[in-house]
Amino acid sequence: MSCFVGIDLGSTTTKAVVLDENGEILGRGITNSRSNYDLAADVARTEAFVSARFRILERAVERAAGSAALGRLLRAFRLEQMLVQLGRLQARIEEEVERAVRPDRRRAASEKVREIFQSLRAEEERRLDDPDPPARSDFFRDAAGSAYARLAQEIADPTGVTFDLLIGLYDTCIVPVENEPIELGFREHIGKALVRAGGQAQVRPSVEAAATAGLEASATVGTGYGRARLPFPKEQIRSEILCHGLGAHVLFPGTRTVLDIGGQDTKAIQVDARGIVTSFQMNDRCAAGCGRYLGYIADEMNLGLHELGPLALSGRRPIRISSTCTVFAGAELRERLSLGQKREDILAGLHRAVILRAMSLLARSGGIEDEFTFTGGVARNPAAVRALEELVAENYGPRRINISGDSIYTGALGAAHFARRGAMA
Amino acid sequence: MSEAEKDRSMLLQKEMLAAHYERLEAAPETREPVVYTFVPGNLTELIRAFGALPVLPEINALQSAMRGKSQAYIAAAEKAGHSEDVCSYVKCDIGMSTAGNVGPTGTRLPKPDLLLLSYTGCYTFMKWFELLREQYGCPTVFLQVPYQADGSQTPVQRSYVARQIRETLIPTLEKATGRRYDEERLRENLARSAAAEEDLVAVLQSAKKMPSPIDAYFGAVYYVGPIFSAFRGTAEGVAYYRALREEVEERAARGEGPATPAGRLDRQKWRLVVEGPPNWTHFRDFWRMFAEEEAVVVASTYSKVGGTYDFGFRHDPSDPLGTLADYCSGCYTNRNLPSRVEMLERYVEEYRADGFLIHSVKSCNSFSAGQLTILREVERRTGVPGAFIESDLVDARYFSAANLKNRLESYFQMLEARRAGSGT
Repeated sequence: MSCFVGIDLGSTTTKAVVLDENGEILGRGITNSRSNYDLAADVARTEAFVSARFRILERAVERAAGSAALGRLLRAFRLEQMLVQLGRLQARIEEEVERAVRPDRRRAASEKVREIFQSLRAEEERRLDDPDPPARSDFFRDAAGSAYARLAQEIADPTGVTFDLLIGLYDTCIVPVENEPIELGFREHIGKALVRAGGQAQVRPSVEAAATAGLEASATVGTGYGRARLPFPKEQIRSEILCHGLGAHVLFPGTRTVLDIGGQDTKAIQVDARGIVTSFQMNDRCAAGCGRYLGYIADEMNLGLHELGPLALSGRRPIRISSTCTVFAGAELRERLSLGQKREDILAGLHRAVILRAMSLLARSGGIEDEFTFTGGVARNPAAVRALEELVAENYGPRRINISGDSIYTGALGAAHFARRGAMA
Repeated sequence: MSEAEKDRSMLLQKEMLAAHYERLEAAPETREPVVYTFVPGNLTELIRAFGALPVLPEINALQSAMRGKSQAYIAAAEKAGHSEDVCSYVKCDIGMSTAGNVGPTGTRLPKPDLLLLSYTGCYTFMKWFELLREQYGCPTVFLQVPYQADGSQTPVQRSYVARQIRETLIPTLEKATGRRYDEERLRENLARSAAAEEDLVAVLQSAKKMPSPIDAYFGAVYYVGPIFSAFRGTAEGVAYYRALREEVEERAARGEGPATPAGRLDRQKWRLVVEGPPNWTHFRDFWRMFAEEEAVVVASTYSKVGGTYDFGFRHDPSDPLGTLADYCSGCYTNRNLPSRVEMLERYVEEYRADGFLIHSVKSCNSFSAGQLTILREVERRTGVPGAFIESDLVDARYFSAANLKNRLESYFQMLEARRAGSGT
């Protein structure tokens, strides 16, 4: 089967989307962009192909009416991938212990590291049996990192192998581990996953078929900040403006205005009935009000990025935040907290400040037409969405606001559709 | 660009500029009087009629920036107390004068005998000369040119400007230079201006051809150099514009495009109109971003800041003071927003542009105020899509190459998608 690939090398995350010949999404992959764009593109693409093969499998199994077993197989597959990565991380950390830890503490440190990794593996294995495992980050560094930190806290010895020592080891080793190329593909792990999941006799033929299904990328288009790094000819590179415009059009064909708030930029885009961009504006000179701004605020408040929105939503009296300079906002935040103002009210104000900046760009790009589609990582934040709904209604009246749960893939989706259009032309 | 890729006219201009700066350096010995003045509304013919040499501080600033010297000058001015938000031309000039007043080509600039401010819409120019007056303790003269709020000059405004020239400027110039006003000499200068203007307009309008033999923004910066600075009304100016016109006409006859930092641009995929001054600190890198996309600029408003000639105005020797009044009133910076919109609209249509771009400059409010309105209005009237990018004149801190390139790439791809979509 020939397919079409779009890759969006963003400043924070790298996304890949695989389309089939009919333009249906076969698979999607996401990873953190790290400092290595080439590898991030590889990982995201591999992940997208893994999910494409699972999709093929799903289609086959749906026909054979046995899809209940698939969830377990997918979890087993993820577990196999995770175990490979944990193995590499552990090996690297143990080397680091030998290299960098004081001789009299080495043994104790090695033991603690082994203990942590034993528990990590056990926790991962427990997820296999949980049909609805707790949500966590898509990225190895975050998923493994938060569990590692928790376990390190539990077993650290303040007079010997301290928490700081253990965390220091993780921080030193995660970057090289993350930047080593690794085979995480379908064929590498599906065999073991089948064995581990057990009792999969009825899906085995379909798995075989999915693993061997020819999945040829007949065209690939790249976009995003790192696009110049992609080893593609110029005609296979599209700006993220065009890709977001087309991606939003594919998700919601009635789209005329698109707002995308990503890690380091905010884009206001107008598109015509075919998803072709007619006008756009982006933040210049300053990236305050973008995703990283919220990330910084989350760090300042010692919260996870995903906790920020829900907390802000509970604010009853949003506080007016005068500055949207990221660094100054941190200062303002501390000032407000010291004045005894509520965290949720301050956060509600910050979210409104982010959206106010976006409103100014939208106005510059030509306003908000119906329908209005909101994309990018920040579209996942419920407080940002609420602030946007309020400000759109105040400034432009009733507008249909579209937000897709998969909006983070909008750029990659648009790129994949450009690849498909190019190949069909 | 290597020397080999430069046009003959560029080399000629380089020689002219070098000679001018050398003459300025020698002025204290040769006792040639020196008058500082600004490009918009400059009265070079009148200054030259007194045998005086003009110095144009903003030209020095931009020339310094093109030679990579502006950042140190700006830092010096900021150290002396000028805010980060002050016009970067001003700071570059102030920094240069505190560093020994060494001009962009390495020669020393003479002190002014007079500061002549022809006020044509830029308030900062006035504050700038206040600073220079403090520094040099020299006389200042102020020509008040009424802003063209209604889009045209009234007869009263015209005679008001001419009367100031006659009653204030000329006596001040006589005193500062120690020479008598010679109207015949002024008329001769004005006749030479008109000849050069005729050739300049032919050069700028050659961009109506496809492919265009010139780049009417990046290239035009060179073309307008002599006429906007010290050479209007001079024999060298006339010779330069004659040579330039011949060069461009030859190129047009061969069907060739202009030389650019990315090589000769014969294949021209996009024809653009540009509003706003360029960035000078990364002038070639900025130009390259266009040339590499095979985009040629066919008309720009910046190439009219020192005089708008393409709608028919020529200096008229038969009415020397009246014609100077007309010239000052018609400067681009002295025009209101509707006239600027109209001008851009005409350019987009007459030069068959695929798009138009606003380069907004952080430190120039005169230019930047209202540019978003201009963008929307020109888009509405012409149906041609506009783009908006921002950097600065001579302050390199505000030139973010990655972001500008990203915007421009997106813009060209948008034009491409629209062109493909419309089936043309």
